[in-house]
Amino acid sequence: MPGRELLSENLEAATRGAVLCRGLGRSYGDSSLPARLEDKVVGTQLANRILAFDAETGVLRAEAGFCLAELNRLFMPRGFFSPVTPGTKFVTLGGMVASDVHGKNHHVAGCFGAHVRALRMRLADESLVECSPTEHTDLFYGTIGGMGLLGHILEVEVTLQRIPSPWVWMESERVGDIDAYMDGLSRAAPTWPMTMGWIDCLHRGRNMGRGILMAGRWATVEEAGSEPPRTARDKTFPIDLPNWALNSFTARAFNTAYYHRQLQRHVTKLVSPDPFFYPLDAILHWNRAYGSRGFTQYQCVLPRAAGAPAVREFMERLTKLGGASPLCVIKDCGPEGKGVLSFPLEGTSIAVDMAVSPALQGIVDSLNEFVIATGGRIYLTKDSFTRPEHFRAMEPRLPSFLALREKWDPKRRLRSAQSVRLFGDRA
Amino acid sequence: MKAIVFGGTTGMGRAIAQRLAERGDAVFLLSIDQEDLARSAADLKARHPQQADLGYAVCNLEEPQGFAAALDAADAALGNFDTVIVTAALFASQEALEADIELTRRLLTVNYANTVVFCEHVRKRLLARGGGHLAVFSSVAGDRGRKPVMIYGSSKAGLSVYLEALDHKYHEAGLHVLCVKPGFVKTGMTAGLKPPPFAGEPEGVAKDVIRALDRGTPLIYAPRIWRLVMLVIRHLPRFVMRKIAF
Repeated sequence: MPGRELLSENLEAATRGAVLCRGLGRSYGDSSLPARLEDKVVGTQLANRILAFDAETGVLRAEAGFCLAELNRLFMPRGFFSPVTPGTKFVTLGGMVASDVHGKNHHVAGCFGAHVRALRMRLADESLVECSPTEHTDLFYGTIGGMGLLGHILEVEVTLQRIPSPWVWMESERVGDIDAYMDGLSRAAPTWPMTMGWIDCLHRGRNMGRGILMAGRWATVEEAGSEPPRTARDKTFPIDLPNWALNSFTARAFNTAYYHRQLQRHVTKLVSPDPFFYPLDAILHWNRAYGSRGFTQYQCVLPRAAGAPAVREFMERLTKLGGASPLCVIKDCGPEGKGVLSFPLEGTSIAVDMAVSPALQGIVDSLNEFVIATGGRIYLTKDSFTRPEHFRAMEPRLPSFLALREKWDPKRRLRSAQSVRLFGDRA
Repeated sequence: MKAIVFGGTTGMGRAIAQRLAERGDAVFLLSIDQEDLARSAADLKARHPQQADLGYAVCNLEEPQGFAAALDAADAALGNFDTVIVTAALFASQEALEADIELTRRLLTVNYANTVVFCEHVRKRLLARGGGHLAVFSSVAGDRGRKPVMIYGSSKAGLSVYLEALDHKYHEAGLHVLCVKPGFVKTGMTAGLKPPPFAGEPEGVAKDVIRALDRGTPLIYAPRIWRLVMLVIRHLPRFVMRKIAF
């Protein structure tokens, strides 16, 4: 990894002369990595002060390095939760804005950016500005999902969601194949504010796409009782497994066990938010299971118009290419938000972990060609392998984003390894 | 506990202040920058709205004439503090120090002379009220003369010796002195330096320091593994120290 990150609690001073900010480094792609060794990248995680909180309105203003795990820990007992949460709590507010993260409630709540009220930023010309839906509107919506390329995010103001209890009422259902899964997902959407599911994408044939579908909502006070959820002690994955440890046999065995772990077809229960929202966070450094070769994630969204057959075809292509690993998550997305480069669009989002291997580039290329054909797109936060020509083909919004960069950073001073790869910035 | 945290707006000092406030201790922040103090105090307030005893005052280790006033302000806000934690200090790379003699003079003055002067103010006040806790951040750099920390390390060596003797002399009288020797910790101070093995996080150090305060421990290394590392380094013969870069 080139470059060094400069940690500082004073973002206003530290971002002077910097080309990029980096939060907790949980995005799988190269968006938070510097393009060159000499580039100054500011690590924001020490800048995590809460600047204001209004318990009446739920409006929180904090420095960009404020971590979602802290937000949940501090505000859940006071009856508030992040309006949108991604699948890990080890992310910063700034990162959540730059990636415009989505969560299990996308079909009702949209992305994180939809709840952001204002941003304080340092721009490429070193000036400091405040932007919001009414002030420097173009900069505001360009920054939401803009991968940190329009300016450095220093402070974030966001409206938290009021929750009736710190518990989640969850219903999960084992489904036999991909069609049943898609059907279940669309049936759950109108009645459940949170839906998602896991798919066994290693299983081929008749039961291809068997999986577990989960739906949830915040439990009412009556359902929850007075007991607060216990905070489980996090386990740590102690070592890098050898690269051969995770192979098609062990992955298949894991998936079969995971599928049958839920014995009944249908389960309803009260769960604490941590295992519901962040199942992988329970094991710190879980990525070590992939060994030293590491892994990446491929995430795309296929538009509603392409329908369930497109999802089935995608899964078939994926299993045939052999790129799949145990983790495959499918979720339906609501309407597109206002972020200029924001990822979700109305349709189905598919995310798959993949071990890094010589075949990976070919797999990503093939999947991207399919995504382009259906009119879908990929999630920049997860990407480090997409080719620039594929990216241009799937992003009709790219010219509007480039126009924003032309306005706010004409010299293209702000850049990342990803922007060099996909936007053609000079290295 | 009614604690002053000198340096409580950044790095390990802020982690300690947060942890103390979290468990309900009264906290008073001292630091150079007014704006930074206001932000950090607002943060503590927002995290712990029930916590009433929070305050701050500007205090600069380069200006010893202001020490008494800052301690008066803390006394007024907390109603006689019983614990003082000092994380504030100057840091500069050996390269920068060798190139700039004035910087060397400043760093030695702040880290040794002025820190001792500050501690002497605190000692008198705490002894007058029957004792208390004084935790001061020295460094593993003061444990052995080493090439990359020749000047910084010597300032911390002096400080460590003062703190050790302070413990010897006033332990009976009820003054608990804690000398904290951090190894490499990932904070703004060490930004841009390549973290060695066993690099720590500020939260981990804060936890260890508060445990040591509660138990009355006179000396800790943080992270703890550095006690072992330094034990080895203290025993390396001179001809080895001349050869290695560490």
